[in-house]
Amino acid sequence: MTPGDKLPGDVEAKEPYVVEINGVKVATTIGLLDTSGEKPVYIPLQSIYVPRKGDVVIGLVQSVGVVNWTLDINSPYNGVLPASDFLGRPYNPATDDLSQYLQVGDYVKVKIVAFDRTRNPLLTVQDKGLGKIVDGKIIEVQPSKVPRVIGKKRSMLEMLKKETGCEIFVAVNGRIHVKCPDEDRETILILAIKMIERQAHTTGLTARVQEYIEELKKVKGVE
Amino acid sequence: MGKAIGVKLIDELGRRHDGRLPDQMRPVKMRINVLENADGSALVEYGRTRILAAVYGPREPVQKFMALPDRALLRVRYHMAPFSTEERKSPAPSRREIELSKVIREAFEDIILVKYFPRTAIDIFLEVLQADGGTRTAAVTAASLALANAGIPMKALVAGVAVGKIEGQLVLDVDEIEDGSGEADMPVAYAPDIEKITLFQLNGVLTREELERGLDMALNAIRELVELEKRTLKEEYVSTEEV
Repeated sequence: MTPGDKLPGDVEAKEPYVVEINGVKVATTIGLLDTSGEKPVYIPLQSIYVPRKGDVVIGLVQSVGVVNWTLDINSPYNGVLPASDFLGRPYNPATDDLSQYLQVGDYVKVKIVAFDRTRNPLLTVQDKGLGKIVDGKIIEVQPSKVPRVIGKKRSMLEMLKKETGCEIFVAVNGRIHVKCPDEDRETILILAIKMIERQAHTTGLTARVQEYIEELKKVKGVE
Repeated sequence: MGKAIGVKLIDELGRRHDGRLPDQMRPVKMRINVLENADGSALVEYGRTRILAAVYGPREPVQKFMALPDRALLRVRYHMAPFSTEERKSPAPSRREIELSKVIREAFEDIILVKYFPRTAIDIFLEVLQADGGTRTAAVTAASLALANAGIPMKALVAGVAVGKIEGQLVLDVDEIEDGSGEADMPVAYAPDIEKITLFQLNGVLTREELERGLDMALNAIRELVELEKRTLKEEYVSTEEV
């Protein structure tokens, strides 16, 4: 499907990837129409991450302000992380220097507390597992490919974890945090994720990725 | 430019100076994903006219005060490279380039779903690498492809083509020589899927009947161009499947 293509009336899809024009549903991006299920489903191949309340995302510190940090969350809107939230205590700009805690270029795992169309998303680290990312690597994929990296009932993600022995956290904004036992496994995992991103629109992907990982393991000489 | 003296633009057999029939386009080529840094990009050729398009966004506008509270800000820069013409063109934006940036922007304002991304900016950069007539219409085609490549939601794909009148006859897709010595030039951009004309200009004089016939010629050609756009976009995904 390409922009402007007409879709069946009962298609399941989210705005703005499908809109109604003169009573006809129309695709607005490049995508696929899955007719295998009961209802046809439109899957956009590209999407733009729009923040939603409750999403856990990985942000990149873009600038350090006086009372907050501005985070790039791979979206058209930058996130705002207040200092008092990150430090967990009342905060005095006269005595505290925010660049001591988070600097430009740091990755932070954050949750979106509030977002509406008039204000930039407000972020928090006050929850389990959130905070500054100090080890591992961040891999970026397009936000539309995130469901594929996770797979049906987490099948792809579990397979990746089992095959490489790495810890993987997939954030909805397309950033993936990986922690691996050694560099070889990390390389294998990155190559596998990049393969998923490239071939996200094809079928039988999990099996092919598994084969690919096994092949790489042989080449690299990992158990 | 100026009038070509002593050149017959249409011969006795009805063929044009480059051998085309009156309703024939120049050979068209389209490619997408030609730039790494841009969110979406395209290269479009209408014969010797060659346009590079790059799309960025939606992103935070560099000048925050420009942001609109209810929709995305659309910015278009149409620019001719200094080496694109036979005589060097000053790289500074000319009156003509500012006008074309505006008409191309207006061609997309009702196509891109700007209301879904308030307070952001979408930038379209159009660089004419080689000019041989019909640059604004080729630029519309390139912009449409680059927008789809960037994944920006839009109601339909758009393409453009110009119809001209030379030696009393209507011809499709005029090039530089025909434009310089023709009697009229009518660039049109159209979105066939939603049946909407998004750009329409006329330079010169046409009768009402000629205008209607010329518009028909343009719309038919645009339908084919949009089909080619769709094929180009789909092929990008088919080719990655074979990796």
